[in-house]
Amino acid sequence: MAIFVDEKSKVLIQGITGREGIARTRLMKDYGTNVLAGVTPGRGGQDVYGVPVYDAVEEAVENVGPIDASVIFVPAAAVKNAALEALAAGVKLLVIVPDRVPIYDVLDIAAAAKDAGARFVGPNTLGLLSPGKAVLGMIGGRAERAREWFQPGPVGVSSRSGGMTSAVAYYLSRAGLGLSTIVHVGGDSIVGSSHPEVMELFERDPETKAVAMFGEIGTTQEERVADLIEHKKFTKPLVAFIGGKAAKSGTRFSHAGAIVDGNRGSYESKVRRLREVGVHVVEAVADIPGRVAGLLAGKK
Amino acid sequence: MARLYEYQSKILLREGGLPVPEGAVASSPAEARAIAERLGRPVVLKIQVWVTGRAGLGGIQFADTPAEAETKAAALLGMKVKNYVVERVLVEEKLAIEAEYFAGIVMDDEAKAPLLVFSSVGGTGIEEIARRRPDRVVRRLIDVRTGLRGFEALNVVRKSGISGPALVPLSDLLTKLAAIARNADARSVEINPLVRTVDGRILAADCHLVVDDYAVYRHPELGIEIAREFDRPPTELERIAYKVEEKDHRGTFYFLQMADQSEPDDLLIGFHGAGGGGSMMSMDAVLARGFKIADYCDTSGNPPASKVYRAAKVILSQPGLKGYFSSGSGVASQEQYNSARGLVKAFAEERLAIPAVLRLGGNCEEEAIRILSAYLQDLPARVEGYGRDDPPEKCAARLAELIAENRGAVHEIRPMEEPRLPDCAYTFATLTGRLSIDHSRCLHCASKGCLEACGWKILEADAEGLPVLAIPEAEAKKGKCTECLACEIFCRFHEQQAIHIELPIPGLKEYRDRLRREMK
Repeated sequence: MAIFVDEKSKVLIQGITGREGIARTRLMKDYGTNVLAGVTPGRGGQDVYGVPVYDAVEEAVENVGPIDASVIFVPAAAVKNAALEALAAGVKLLVIVPDRVPIYDVLDIAAAAKDAGARFVGPNTLGLLSPGKAVLGMIGGRAERAREWFQPGPVGVSSRSGGMTSAVAYYLSRAGLGLSTIVHVGGDSIVGSSHPEVMELFERDPETKAVAMFGEIGTTQEERVADLIEHKKFTKPLVAFIGGKAAKSGTRFSHAGAIVDGNRGSYESKVRRLREVGVHVVEAVADIPGRVAGLLAGKK
Repeated sequence: MARLYEYQSKILLREGGLPVPEGAVASSPAEARAIAERLGRPVVLKIQVWVTGRAGLGGIQFADTPAEAETKAAALLGMKVKNYVVERVLVEEKLAIEAEYFAGIVMDDEAKAPLLVFSSVGGTGIEEIARRRPDRVVRRLIDVRTGLRGFEALNVVRKSGISGPALVPLSDLLTKLAAIARNADARSVEINPLVRTVDGRILAADCHLVVDDYAVYRHPELGIEIAREFDRPPTELERIAYKVEEKDHRGTFYFLQMADQSEPDDLLIGFHGAGGGGSMMSMDAVLARGFKIADYCDTSGNPPASKVYRAAKVILSQPGLKGYFSSGSGVASQEQYNSARGLVKAFAEERLAIPAVLRLGGNCEEEAIRILSAYLQDLPARVEGYGRDDPPEKCAARLAELIAENRGAVHEIRPMEEPRLPDCAYTFATLTGRLSIDHSRCLHCASKGCLEACGWKILEADAEGLPVLAIPEAEAKKGKCTECLACEIFCRFHEQQAIHIELPIPGLKEYRDRLRREMK
């Protein structure tokens, strides 16, 4: 098992004929992802690395059958339409790779996804990868790297930073600890699947025995993970690192934000809340594999 | 975050049908006087700068007559407040206030929806007031599918303890505020105080609105120069860098100058990160080594080589650098040879004389490091490439050693190199630049290795064996030429230096020329 995606998931790529679309189609295909179709309006009839291209998601579904997940590579300004199109065609998981998607577009996508009973990862995400099964997005860059860097096993990874998703996963693999699924939740302040939502999926995944989380200052994601643990909704061993300790805290102009969040979002608040509920917060990323190994050994 | 000034925010409120005090913005004492004359009553003058607590800084003044308004404006304009110089004052009717409220809309990252916050007490110290009187503060998520509906707004105001004649106008105002926030793509908006005057009017006495950076392109009318958060006006170099980013959306390029002043003994370095998380981690490592960082720069999201090149040129436009440090997460998914080629072109043009440690770990790192070591051996200073198994701490330590070996030599700002190919050269436009090939030199080329080097095989040999485009020129300009720089680098180091890719950075030539004049 894995979360979000496995080797059987039927995958569509929107924006498949663009620069990123072409490059990442190759990665996903080579890695073994079950890519059935691609969409670029006006480019129907072409193919990219053997993947047939259609003009619309609906047309793709008519030709290849129901789709489980769509990976979106269209320009930021076109993301909302592409996402709504996929949701309307019954796709239940979207991976929205582009950066710079306007917030209100993300809110509209979130509302539509909720209505459709669907999930989305991103925007501004490298995607996710279940070792040996499938990759959605661009983690690893090339299939042979992804195979070399990420070994299958019992550790889940959830990260706010794309590069650090790969780095944490690579250091765990190098230490002999394999991975169930690694997820870059996305770098934006509003994302479809934030840390707590990913933790709930890891909780239900029998293969995942422990989780490593790369957090960052800003948003309430890490504090909400602590809330989940407090309410016994996440019970697996968790090792966390919070980035941004040295970052100069920005001038806070929003009183409304302060009224709503209080001190949530700061480095201190995140570390304190996570430690309160028993999470192992480490001071250096390099300490993550050792801690995870210790927890897994203790578990047995 | 693209913050708007109070006067700009109030224009948006007025356009959205939300009542604001009468007045206008002035950038000279004479204008202030004219506005006061037109209003024909006592006025308030408010400095337009991005700081809080303006009253306490003397930035809010009252005037009973137009002449007094002119005098007060003269004193306020040009005043230095924190990092800003006052360029405008807002001149408005002076209000007789009876009650103060608070209204704001922020983003709720848990609910993934806008959140309305309304308080029936407002004014200075609203956070403290809200803590003391939680019963007066009402929050409500806004459904983006419907907007804030009238009855929902009414219930918000009612639950804050308000009844009577203010109830309906306040509810109406909140409904309009939600629509304004949506139309302006506001990441946050707040009115504090929202006031009721003694004559019963309800007005937004102040307003802060922050436009979502990513939606600024939808709002050319707002005239936002740099859609990023600064606690000071952007520097000239930051403006130059931002123009690069604005014109090229392949990958991201973020550039922020950090060191205002450096001493000769400082270990000042140019910092070139990749990816937010990895950059932060790397910055911690260099700061722990005692380095001083001239800038924070991040090129990530699979940028083309041309963007990394421009970033390096911008970084190397800063005086006083003793080293160059590049480091990201260490396990990047992007093809690292693009970063390597961008750095090679920049460093070769600059004839870099300060050491550089480049931690380019990740996808294709072996090729990236090979490119660096193949082409940057002949520079005056050492350039070393490292990969995913070399932690940032080790790389920072290595840079310190190299700087010591280089006796702390300081980077010299060079004039921007001009293309040196003849006018008759074969040439075509790329997405952000122009590629030229001097075919007369190609006659001496044995290998035609540029054709092999071209990443996307858009070059071919013509009937005479000279390299030309294999695709229509329009396609190359649209981005089929990815500006990978491989052909130029091959030709530069292995053949006849017949290829030049001009990648303009508007303003940088003038910037460097001025800096050089000032340093003399």
